[in-house]
Amino acid sequence: MEILIPIIILGGLGLGFGLVLAIASKKFCVEADPRIEKIFSRLPGANCGACGFPGCMGFAEGLIQGSCTVEKCTVSNEEAKEGIAKILGVKIKEEVKKVATLHCFGGSRAKDKYTYQGIKDCVAANLVLGGQKACVYGCLGFGDCLRVCPFDAIKMSEDGLPLIDKDKCKACNKCVEICPKKILSLSPLSGNVFVACSSHDLGKDTKASCPVGCIACKLCEKACPVSAIKVIDNVAVIDYDKCTSCGKCIDVCPMKTIRKRG
Amino acid sequence: MDVGKILAIAISMVFINNFILSKFLGLCPFLGVSKETKSATSMGFAVIFVMTCSAIITWLLYYFLLIPFNVEYLRTIVFILVIAAFVQFIEMVIRKNSPALYRSLGIYLPLITTNCAVLGVTILNIDNFFPSGQAVKWGFAYSVFQAFFAGIGFLLALILMSGIRERLQFADTPRSMRGVAIAFVVASLMSLAFMGFNGFRF
Repeated sequence: MEILIPIIILGGLGLGFGLVLAIASKKFCVEADPRIEKIFSRLPGANCGACGFPGCMGFAEGLIQGSCTVEKCTVSNEEAKEGIAKILGVKIKEEVKKVATLHCFGGSRAKDKYTYQGIKDCVAANLVLGGQKACVYGCLGFGDCLRVCPFDAIKMSEDGLPLIDKDKCKACNKCVEICPKKILSLSPLSGNVFVACSSHDLGKDTKASCPVGCIACKLCEKACPVSAIKVIDNVAVIDYDKCTSCGKCIDVCPMKTIRKRG
Repeated sequence: MDVGKILAIAISMVFINNFILSKFLGLCPFLGVSKETKSATSMGFAVIFVMTCSAIITWLLYYFLLIPFNVEYLRTIVFILVIAAFVQFIEMVIRKNSPALYRSLGIYLPLITTNCAVLGVTILNIDNFFPSGQAVKWGFAYSVFQAFFAGIGFLLALILMSGIRERLQFADTPRSMRGVAIAFVVASLMSLAFMGFNGFRF
């Protein structure tokens, strides 16, 4: 009979807590959108995070809230995406393939203003007077971007600049976020022409620190037949919605700042 | 109630017998949630809350249920049951009543459900304040204080560790030591430092 007491106590406690929890789960139940469950079942369930959400469940919730679109999921196939789009009542649009682009061609060509001997890390170097380069907008070349790249798409070239492999790049935006100089951006792969400079200094000052910087001469602006390139705040900027990749700006650029993607 | 005794409990729980660094309990969240100071702080406060509440519930259960029926040996399994059920219940209540609090604190609650540090503090309460099976005077208040300060010690260790780990990101760590490996080395060094408090006697 002695065995009965612990059995009753433990069983009773378990039953009591179970009942309390069961009642509480009904009483404190949070209404969830039934569509979330439906969408979740159509997602790959790999929880890879390529969409920028913590897992597929987070992505499904984001879809319902409208903070993202179905195309953001790079893993699921067309059929699954169409199913999800139907649940949401939207149409899929083709996502433009983008690739990370470095807007600097200085590297070892650009002058240094001091010798940096600290940690070989762009973020750390940037804390010391904005890095060792004479041009405060230029690439520091310590390769934070290639360390953060999950697809091994960035390599360091001999002239101290990150080279981006456009086939391996999945436009995940990680390198763009980590760069302390904010000179990486995602631009459409179809637009083959890009401006390899971010310096907002006056032409004279840019020329003094870097032989390949944009001097804001506006020759490209005049040469462009579709007026897709504009000099804004002393640096040329290409509007990829208009650009036809004709390459006329590359020919006229005296500093060879405007380049074709490698 | 003896204020000196409470002070002794406080110093003992925060420094000398720090749950993570001296007793090696709750190492899982210690290494898992210490990458950023912000989440470490939230986790620490969640642990303080759960520890204090668990201490209250388990003391009452032990005193009013286990001792009268002479089944003290069931304490481990009963305490686990109580803590897990309580944390689940709190999570539901917070989720319903305060979504803001749920986002900052609630997501850590499932992590604490089966945290050994919480169970550890309740068992320690029973060991300390039920010598020879009888409750000491003011034992209930001492239990609650002990659990609260154990939580403070947990928070302290978590904040220290997260601060160090944030700085470690800039360190030129050898490839084979990156990530969790260097975190373990840091944890052991911190533990050694806390062992230095061991000489204190009250």
